[in-house]
Amino acid sequence: MTLQAASQGLTLADLVQQDRVHTSLYTDPALFEQEMDKVFSSTWVWVAHASEIPEAGSYKTTFVGRQPVVVVRDRKQQVHVLLNRCRHRAATVCEGHKGKTNSFVCPYHGWSYSLDGALRGVPSPESYGDLLDKADFPLIKLRVEEYAGMIFATFKDDIEPLVDYLGPAKKWMDLFMKQGGGFPVKVAGEHRFRFPGNWKIQLENTTDAYHFPLVHKSFLSSVDEQTEKMLDFVEGPGLVEDLGNGHSVMVMIPELVDLEANLDAPIPDRFAELAEELRKDYPEDQVRRIVRAVGGSGFNLNLFPNVACSMAFFRVLRPVSVTETEIHHAAIVMDGGPAAANQARLRLHEHFQGPMGFGTPDDAEAWDRVQRGSFAGTNQWIMLNRGLAKEVETPDGRRSDVSAETGMRAAYRQWKKLMTA
Amino acid sequence: MNIELLNQAAAFVSLEADLLDHSEYTEWLNLWEESGTYIVPIDPNTTDFANTLNYAHDDATMRRLRVERLTSGESVSTVPAPRTIRSLSRFRLLGDDGQAVTLRCTQILGEFRKDVLKHYTADVTFVLKRAGDSFRIQQKVVRLLNSTDALACIAYIP
Repeated sequence: MTLQAASQGLTLADLVQQDRVHTSLYTDPALFEQEMDKVFSSTWVWVAHASEIPEAGSYKTTFVGRQPVVVVRDRKQQVHVLLNRCRHRAATVCEGHKGKTNSFVCPYHGWSYSLDGALRGVPSPESYGDLLDKADFPLIKLRVEEYAGMIFATFKDDIEPLVDYLGPAKKWMDLFMKQGGGFPVKVAGEHRFRFPGNWKIQLENTTDAYHFPLVHKSFLSSVDEQTEKMLDFVEGPGLVEDLGNGHSVMVMIPELVDLEANLDAPIPDRFAELAEELRKDYPEDQVRRIVRAVGGSGFNLNLFPNVACSMAFFRVLRPVSVTETEIHHAAIVMDGGPAAANQARLRLHEHFQGPMGFGTPDDAEAWDRVQRGSFAGTNQWIMLNRGLAKEVETPDGRRSDVSAETGMRAAYRQWKKLMTA
Repeated sequence: MNIELLNQAAAFVSLEADLLDHSEYTEWLNLWEESGTYIVPIDPNTTDFANTLNYAHDDATMRRLRVERLTSGESVSTVPAPRTIRSLSRFRLLGDDGQAVTLRCTQILGEFRKDVLKHYTADVTFVLKRAGDSFRIQQKVVRLLNSTDALACIAYIP
């Protein structure tokens, strides 16, 4: 397929420049097809949090790019990511969102696979004679690695180990997991919604502080004064840092970067009642640790290409087509933690996230508008030069102010690297 | 079957539907018990709403804030506001303990905003506390038929 921008004399490499990207990155179906191959099938893609598949036989179905996969834990506790397609005639072998099973059985002709994907049996094998060696037909396996409970998969055996790919992002993942408040973090359900726009519009949003006071005005009007002040960060001391390989972090609330620090800080008014409730069962130091963790971390960490550790939840994107994206906002609770604290976390999640949240619908509307607008002026550029003037080198990458578009520039640099490889 | 009670409860929830479709939110808020909860669950089977992630789990404060958000003009997803028309039917009384009546019905809702018409089908269960010769809403649970699917934004009160 020919790129839309070719008619303007542009090559693929021309489409991403230091301070802007070409509009066709949102609109060109040919580019989307290439992304499925060169991005989603060529790098580490997030597939699950370990808590979503807690026991032997636990599974969830998801996608790597557009390819359906099953993420499953076998009897030896090893995690497998298997293409969700029978090796016989391609039917999916698992249709539930999540659950527990002993095996995967194709509904069409009954080929059955064990939890590690091995082909265990086929009905009436006689007709094959010696033409079918079961060892040759396991479910196809992706390479799987895990860091801080986050499970990633890739089709590539020759790319760097996950820990090297994550690089400086790892320390931010460790910080993010402190919102367990001393308990392991656990995914407790998710809000799923779709918006009619390109996946990179959502990718950009995770490190876009600039939109917050405007798009989320109605949310800010719905919270108490202390919270509103805390979220007034666009001209504050926060930062965005490019962490390499397309990853970036946006620190909105510097005092909430380390949830285990400053435990003597006053408990915010909105959590006073919760703290009082927790004091019935927990000593004061633990109460403070839990309460500080309830509201989540003061930063968003974007892990290229499809997941973010976003304040208090995991934000996952799935490209559906060049103009359609599915988003999952997975809620996090403290596994084994106090019910009152976990209820508070769930209610905070519902307040902002999901199709009925006070925040998400306005984000989705803004992204919808971006996609609609991008069909006007097809030779125009998406400007990403905010904060470039003040950007400085750091040991981890490049850094600028909190509302800088540094994170987006980081993501597009990686996009260009993969797409032109 | 207590047809009179069934009709009375059905008339009450039809009024509630009409108020929501016509954005008469102050009157809608006044239909509620102060301790009442408005819930739109995700999990079709759960009854433990407090310990489960929902789409909405509103107490009196959140109901008031939700109405303010929908009417303030501050939210880009509610300007223009979606228009809705809902139809309730298949009313069945599930219980009556003397204090409160539990009513279940079906809700077919059409939503139009900008150039898109969407439909949501739901099972709705009301717990209606007796109040004089009428009721007040103690609980409203809207179980969307496709609650486990990836939804689009719902910028109104289903």
